[in-house]
Amino acid sequence: MASSEVARQLQNDNCRPLSLSGHVGFDSLPDQLVNKSVNQGFCFNILCIGETGIGKSTLIDTLFNTSFDDRVSTHFQPNVRLRAQTYELQESNVRLKLTIVNTVGFGDQINKEDSYQPIVDYIDAQFEAYLQEELKIKRSLYNYHDTRIHVCLYFISPTGHSLKTLDLLTMKNLDSKVNIIPVIAKADTISKTELQKFKIKLMSELVSNGVQIYQFPTDDETISKINATMNGHLPFAVVGSMEEMKIGNKMVKARQYPWGIVQVENENHCDFVKLREMLICTNMEDLREQTHARHYELYRRCKLEEMGFRDTGPENKPVSLQETYEAKRHEFFGELQRKEEEMRQMFVQRVKEKEAILKEAERELQAKFEHLKRLHQEERMKLEEKRKLLEDDMIAFNKRKAATELLQAQAFASTPSVSLKKDKDRKNFM
Amino acid sequence: MFKGSADNKIEAAMSELVPEPRQKPAVPMKPVGINSNLLGYIGIDTIIEQMRKKTMKTGFDFNIMVVGQSGLGKSTLVNTLFKSQVSRKSSGWNREEKIPKTVEIKAIGHVIEEGGVKMKLTVIDTPGFGDQINNENCWEPIEKYINEQYEKFLKEEVNIARKKRIPDTRVHCCLYFISPTGHSLRPLDLEFMKHLSKVVNIIPVIAKADTMTLEEKTEFKQRVRKELEVNGIEFYPQKEFDEDLEDKTENDKIRQESMPFAVVGSDKEYQVNGKRILGRKTPWGVIEVENLNHCEFALLRDFVIRTHLQDLKEVTHNIHYETYRAKRLNDNGGLPPVTAETEENHESNL
Repeated sequence: MASSEVARQLQNDNCRPLSLSGHVGFDSLPDQLVNKSVNQGFCFNILCIGETGIGKSTLIDTLFNTSFDDRVSTHFQPNVRLRAQTYELQESNVRLKLTIVNTVGFGDQINKEDSYQPIVDYIDAQFEAYLQEELKIKRSLYNYHDTRIHVCLYFISPTGHSLKTLDLLTMKNLDSKVNIIPVIAKADTISKTELQKFKIKLMSELVSNGVQIYQFPTDDETISKINATMNGHLPFAVVGSMEEMKIGNKMVKARQYPWGIVQVENENHCDFVKLREMLICTNMEDLREQTHARHYELYRRCKLEEMGFRDTGPENKPVSLQETYEAKRHEFFGELQRKEEEMRQMFVQRVKEKEAILKEAERELQAKFEHLKRLHQEERMKLEEKRKLLEDDMIAFNKRKAATELLQAQAFASTPSVSLKKDKDRKNFM
Repeated sequence: MFKGSADNKIEAAMSELVPEPRQKPAVPMKPVGINSNLLGYIGIDTIIEQMRKKTMKTGFDFNIMVVGQSGLGKSTLVNTLFKSQVSRKSSGWNREEKIPKTVEIKAIGHVIEEGGVKMKLTVIDTPGFGDQINNENCWEPIEKYINEQYEKFLKEEVNIARKKRIPDTRVHCCLYFISPTGHSLRPLDLEFMKHLSKVVNIIPVIAKADTMTLEEKTEFKQRVRKELEVNGIEFYPQKEFDEDLEDKTENDKIRQESMPFAVVGSDKEYQVNGKRILGRKTPWGVIEVENLNHCEFALLRDFVIRTHLQDLKEVTHNIHYETYRAKRLNDNGGLPPVTAETEENHESNL
């Protein structure tokens, strides 16, 4: 039967409960909803955090029964990077888009102060991408490829003693952003008694440091019992292996040692089956829901408050984000306008300056021109005077020449032997 | 059996998002037999069960609006659809009551449960529509009401501290009742549907279909379909929102043959052939409501409730609401911002 959550909300709305006198048919509604979701496909994103070589890739391969990636990382990474790979799996009619994000180089550096920061940044980036899509004006959320991390498998080294400082620090920074499921890796290196003590120590350390790991939900009666028991088995001690051996008459996944064979799917040997049950078969949907309803909402709230939005205005009257958004937009446009004005003013200023300079230059040129012209005029006048003088000189000279010749002619007339030639000359001359 | 293939190998501290187009096979996938070998089976398909359980726990909302002139049998039809006294029939205007000068909007909520599924059903009635002498713009109060519900949802969605489950009062489906004149659509019908088909899913129904013979019915339906097409009125299921071939063929059949559904409603039971069935008793026989030979009520009921209810809600949420939101955020809408006083103007009994 459905829980009382719906009944309570409906009671609050003062709705009359009505009894039906026949079969209406809306009990097919969950099927309609599920069919639509199946058509769209599901997304599931797992983040694996652990030191290099602790068995993250092997465990994921074993969980999903495929060899995802063959690359083995070196220990000499300068900083922590995250590598994400997306795969499409299908089982009966369910299509799953699985994204595995691995931390490369975690715990390898000598100085591990910044190791957790890239992880936090990555998770925030996925939330941010979703938030941006949600805030868009034209958005398409129903076919958005959700990359938000739904679960974080944190691999703890099987030292048998306690949590490493790096582990504590990382988990504390991540517990409000993602669902953390701690697992003890390579559990076949610890004996059963040591394992019990180790688990108790780990849980008490987590509790005393206030780290909130993911608790399997116990509000649905059908799965609450099994979830509650599983909660008591955390952290799961897991062994991963893709190699198969023949045990009895079946092929099982196992690891072979000289002293025996560790079977991955044997519940006496390790908690692998429990992890698979809890992670995939029982709580996958709840993990997705918690990510969206709790972690993402928290991120969104913080981010929006950071950006300056508030739900209530200065007099505690509810201000819708809408209005704040509009106000900010106005502000932004105002800014833009102001900047535009500024630029325009600057432009006008510059133009004026340039104009002034050009005018100056023009004036100078003009002045020069005038000056040159004047000089030219003066030269001309001088030349004119000189010419006049010269002409006067020439006339004077010619006069004198004429006078002298006249005198010469008279001198010859007194001597008659001068031939008629001279007379002719004289005649010609006169 | 399942297959895995590396789709995207992205190497960066920040992973890049590649929105992938929705891949859908043209033929529905038949469930392949689950491999019961422990090594092969992972259990991914249990997510269907997990999801189903969660949705049953949260329950569903459904808001249906009925529009049409008084006396067309709206309340009776809704009662027949949901097999209970969902609406109180208005038995004509008493002399003491005044005829409403404008269209009123009355929303009544009920909780119904069937097979473990709890549904909050809200029926929105519009008394006074088309009843005045001058019916100009009588669709405006209705359009305003629908937009107000979108606005309410938008306000909640845009809050910083959001509710876990935003109460959904948006109108998912609007049944428009056409008078069975046998001729064609009235101008009021066309105007209403033209304006409202852009903001809400409209399902036209021919009311009181027992006044037409089979031939008259077929002809009338054809004429109505033609007129709707000529006027560019897209009723639900809209052609542009068909997601794939499977949907298209199914919806085409409904659009071109069955719609508008010619219905008869009744909440009285009569004994026919030893069975108690809903019907209308007349001197010339009993009209069986759920008999497909008599009327198309069963088709309407299956269409709205049993197959397309979720789709109605999704089209409202993904398309009509998004359109409203985009308009509103873009330039303050072209819509006047809803103020407190307009919310008091319409009567809502919840």
